[in-house]
Amino acid sequence: MSARAVLRTVLAQRSGAVGVGLVVAHVALAMAAPLLVPHDPTAQSAEMILQAPGWMHPFGTDRLGRDVLSRAMLGGRDAMLIATLATLVAMVWGTGLGLFVALVGGRLDAFAMRIVDALMSIPWVLTVMIFVAALGVGAMALIPVLGFSYGLSVVYIARAAALDFVARDFVQAAQARGERRSTILWREIMPNVRDTLAVQGAMQWSWILLGVSSLSFLGLGVAPPASDWGLMIADGRGVMQLAPWTVLWPMTMLSSLIVGVNLAADAFARALGVDRAPGVVAT
Amino acid sequence: MILGRLGAAWITLLVIAMVVFAGVEMMPGDACTAHLGRDAARAEVLESCRTRMGLNRPAAERFFAWAGNLAQGDLGVSMKRERPIADIVLPRLRNTLILAGAAALAGVPLAILLGFLCGLARERPFDIGVSTVALVAMTMPEFVVASLLILIFSIWLGWSTGVVTAAYDAPALTLLLATPLPAVTLALVFIAHILRMVRSSVIDTLGADFVLMARMKGVPERRIVLRHLLPNAILPSISLIGLTLAWLLSGVVIVESVFNYPGMGRLAVNAVADRDLPLVQAIALLFGLFYVLTTLASDLVAMSLNPRLRTQRG
Repeated sequence: MSARAVLRTVLAQRSGAVGVGLVVAHVALAMAAPLLVPHDPTAQSAEMILQAPGWMHPFGTDRLGRDVLSRAMLGGRDAMLIATLATLVAMVWGTGLGLFVALVGGRLDAFAMRIVDALMSIPWVLTVMIFVAALGVGAMALIPVLGFSYGLSVVYIARAAALDFVARDFVQAAQARGERRSTILWREIMPNVRDTLAVQGAMQWSWILLGVSSLSFLGLGVAPPASDWGLMIADGRGVMQLAPWTVLWPMTMLSSLIVGVNLAADAFARALGVDRAPGVVAT
Repeated sequence: MILGRLGAAWITLLVIAMVVFAGVEMMPGDACTAHLGRDAARAEVLESCRTRMGLNRPAAERFFAWAGNLAQGDLGVSMKRERPIADIVLPRLRNTLILAGAAALAGVPLAILLGFLCGLARERPFDIGVSTVALVAMTMPEFVVASLLILIFSIWLGWSTGVVTAAYDAPALTLLLATPLPAVTLALVFIAHILRMVRSSVIDTLGADFVLMARMKGVPERRIVLRHLLPNAILPSISLIGLTLAWLLSGVVIVESVFNYPGMGRLAVNAVADRDLPLVQAIALLFGLFYVLTTLASDLVAMSLNPRLRTQRG
């Protein structure tokens, strides 16, 4: 099926159209936000602390008098950028290792999967915290660490998807022709597992985005005073009673983006005829 | 067969121990530089600390000494708190088990029931409503759910306190009374996952030949649902339930931090912040142990209920 036909099938489903719409709107907003924000997102003002939503500040202000609307508009940028890069890292090494061990099989496969299994048994938050404690907070540390820990489940899925094909006649034929392993992986197996991996990549992106937000919330991710949804929620929690808008808006933004990605990924999975892997709890 | 599965669990545990040890080993600095802070600049202080902690020995030797002590139940000594780690960890482990246990005991049966009903009522309003809520619940991170629950139930409705004030050595009942909001937060995500899994396997089973056959024989609908559908729909979900419960632990770290609940998760956050490396190692290992035990238990349950699994290599 051509890319256009897939897209048409996705958009024909109501949930798919809603999902794609939400994702597109979020990405567009994140890109254009610096030009659109009505106020400086870091400008503090002692007179304007915890203002209820009104004409000047449609989403109200936070405990430092900063404009919640501006911060909510900008709040996804860092998290989305980190999530995108970390997803790339996770997909590349996870797919590479997963396909490779599926093709080679035998002892190497068993050994590698045993280690992956052991690594997966340690909660990702703990892994990330250990590394953040060692490497320091910041995007440069988060991208490789998140890419590594989320890549573990990609190894599983890539391996499982590839195992369906390694015993097929066309792979056997390629092996009999004396093709190199890299050629077999790239030319014979990759085209067959591409769709599964694409859907998986979208899901990984949404999980990593949740991960980044959770870390920011814990004070281990995006550093203040940057605008970030996780940070905003952490910041607003203390004044939630007086000013619920300081947490409700970033929550709405984050949740709508994640719901959008999930709906879109589901719709693409159906359109491509791929089984969406039973969810791996992310946070 | 079961012996093979038990052997695999041991190997996994050994690998976890090695990985945890290697991970901490790879970090810049060691337990002494972390503990001493600025004092570490003075070489003789650093040296005496390292001698005391036995950090001068080769890594392999230290690993075996550590693993040997672990095997005897000795978790080592915390650097920051200068107390045996077991004394610090065990009461908090109990607290976490209370929290996770409450979440699992309430959540798993509810998830299976709802998933089952959704599967039976597929595409009807009940199913669409519950499934939509489940999808939203799945996609909300714990810290958002937690903040939202505090906002609704403790601030707007005033039903309970927002954060837990109980000390780590409070009686179990006090802690249990403090668990509703943290437990609901924890349960929401895995309820959604299990529900979706059970729902789709009910739908698959409804289309199976043996159900059609039972209908054609005129078996009463009640009996079809209870005898034909229920066991077959739940079986494939059992290993997922095990995995989901194991993943509960990642949630524990965040939920405990948000609610200030005195358990392992919050201890982990503090230990990392203090760079108390022996403690971090012990906690990571205990998390690993919990994971191994849970997945092992669910595999064994699945095997005992499903004879087909016993013939496969595991």
